[in-house]
Amino acid sequence: MATETADTPSAPPPVSTAAVVSGAAVVAAELERRATVKRWLLSAPALVVIIGCGMMPLLIIFAYSWTKPAEYAGVIWKFQPDAWVNVLFQEDLFSDALSPNWAYYNIYLRSVLIALQTTVLALIVGFPTAYFIATREERSRNAWLFLITIPFWSNLLIRIYAIMMIIRDDGYLNHALLFLGVVDQPVPIIFTNYALSYGLIYAYLPLMVLPLYASLEKLDFRLVEAGYDLYAGRWKVLWHVIVPLVKPGIVSGSILVFIPAIGDYIIAQILGGGNRMMLGNLIAQQFGTARNWPQGSALSLTLMAVVMIALVIYATKSQRKRAA
Amino acid sequence: MRLQDGAELAGLPAVEAKNVTKTFGAGPDAVVALDNVSVTIGQNEFFTLLGPSGCGKTTLLRLTAGFEMPNAGSILLEGQEVAHLPPFKRPVNTVYKSYALFPHLTVAQNIGFGLKMLGRRRAAVEETVTAMLKLVRMEPMRNRKVHQLSGGQQQRVALARALAPHPKVLLLDEPLSALDLKLRKEMQIELKRLQLETGITFIFVTHDQEEALTMSDRIAVMSKGKILQIGTPTEIYEHPVDRFVADFIGETNFIEAEVTQRIGNKGEIRLPSGIEVPRELGQHVAVGGKVTLAIRPERIDLVRPGAECHLAGKVENIVYFGTDTHFHIDLDSGGDMTVRVQNRRGAQDVLKMGDAVGLRIAPEAMQVLKD
Repeated sequence: MATETADTPSAPPPVSTAAVVSGAAVVAAELERRATVKRWLLSAPALVVIIGCGMMPLLIIFAYSWTKPAEYAGVIWKFQPDAWVNVLFQEDLFSDALSPNWAYYNIYLRSVLIALQTTVLALIVGFPTAYFIATREERSRNAWLFLITIPFWSNLLIRIYAIMMIIRDDGYLNHALLFLGVVDQPVPIIFTNYALSYGLIYAYLPLMVLPLYASLEKLDFRLVEAGYDLYAGRWKVLWHVIVPLVKPGIVSGSILVFIPAIGDYIIAQILGGGNRMMLGNLIAQQFGTARNWPQGSALSLTLMAVVMIALVIYATKSQRKRAA
Repeated sequence: MRLQDGAELAGLPAVEAKNVTKTFGAGPDAVVALDNVSVTIGQNEFFTLLGPSGCGKTTLLRLTAGFEMPNAGSILLEGQEVAHLPPFKRPVNTVYKSYALFPHLTVAQNIGFGLKMLGRRRAAVEETVTAMLKLVRMEPMRNRKVHQLSGGQQQRVALARALAPHPKVLLLDEPLSALDLKLRKEMQIELKRLQLETGITFIFVTHDQEEALTMSDRIAVMSKGKILQIGTPTEIYEHPVDRFVADFIGETNFIEAEVTQRIGNKGEIRLPSGIEVPRELGQHVAVGGKVTLAIRPERIDLVRPGAECHLAGKVENIVYFGTDTHFHIDLDSGGDMTVRVQNRRGAQDVLKMGDAVGLRIAPEAMQVLKD
């Protein structure tokens, strides 16, 4: 047995073994290096976009928020935390004492409430719409979805102006109401909270309908049938079977509507008439007429932080629930 | 027959369909799923609707559950017309082919769903759920989610969920078709046990003739929207009324025979071999007319050529099946026949391919078909 082992050709002398091993290591290292380069090259476009177009602007406004506003817009590169203090407090002109910034609190609260209201109303309008589409025949569903997305093809600004033409005091709606004799004075709609809500729901409803549709389309309607079979009427089936099953769609639709609604600028500006100020308008004002870029930057980041914290809380909560 | 009498003793039939017609679609594309179907199902009966896919058996089940409305006719539950009632107002529950368990609920919540929707108190629901878990032997799975269960376990939960509200009638839509053979056999016994223990009327839909024969009190064989025959498993198997029923259930040989004599219901028929046999005849055949006979392969005896027999032929093929052997016989009078012989007799070793044999058939095993 021992001689046989020594004679096997596959057992080479020790010297050549070391040479082969080191040679193999060199080849392996070279291959590894090439793979690394390839990985970086492949991800380069995405990295450029994420870093250049996503992170850089955020870093810039983060830096701006700690500087001094220049007299005619722009910033003076000198450290000053005033903008962050002003997010919550205002300085007394004479005594420098800090007091709560009630004017801002009002705007924050209004923004959150209007965004919440928009989300809830969009859900109430969007759910039946999505359900209707999801229960059509497969061929006609795409046509309905197509109709839902048509408004996206034209600019939001133009569509909001079009709504303004309809609802303003001498707009088409009031003309029609006067003509029909429903009212004898034009109804003031534009520049009210109603106009603002209407504009927001109109603009963001598709963002609610599409994820809801995606969930409802996957819903196994045999489960709905099982619900009916087990003594649940229409509302009970909706609440106990359909809603829990399409919850992912409800959540993503709500997030997709809430985030743009809370930061909205255009709609509040045009339909709210500027006197129904929301966070978006406040930020725009800081960068515009107020010429206080640090303040605008600090407010933008605050808004972002609030939304992010809310999402993180939701995510951890739902994850814990799934784990349980 | 026995069960029909039993049903009458217990009062009203559990389910009665009267002249029910159901069509899907309209105009020239309309499909008739049920064509003037009438059936009476007794209390505590294990009733099976058997037929190939598309025969209307599932439609009849869905009409009973309330998921479809009949175009004509009426459906009665314990004598009460229910055609206008939505599913959630009928004391009927369904076990689905796909089980349709709620994935967002636990096993216990699934089982308690119906009772909760009926507005029962929490304690009462819990009590019934525990009893149901015990009934289907799933107590340890109480707090599992549905996706953590195997197919057989899901099947049990689906059964428990449908039984928990104690419906008047339990509808089962091919509930065993997704299970493997061994589990299916177990569940057949289990279903029968549950039906006896709960005393609930079961209406069971299947295309599997073996399932139907082993579990049912009575079977309705359906084809193309019509019920062809209703009877006990023995009646259906031993006395099929027509070619479809005979062919669908078990294996059958068909041969043509000529009526040579008739007096009242009795008569004589002549087999292709020329031998005449006395049989009972239906109203539809006159002397000189042709009838089709259905003969089960296990009801034929093979005898030596020349011995007294009804038909004669040659062994064309021998197929060994373990418990028995199938002999395919080429008949001298034309056509062929399958004969099944149990292997304990050792017949498979006696005969070889090409051997001449005689076929002896008990007269009562020659079933005269309607068509």
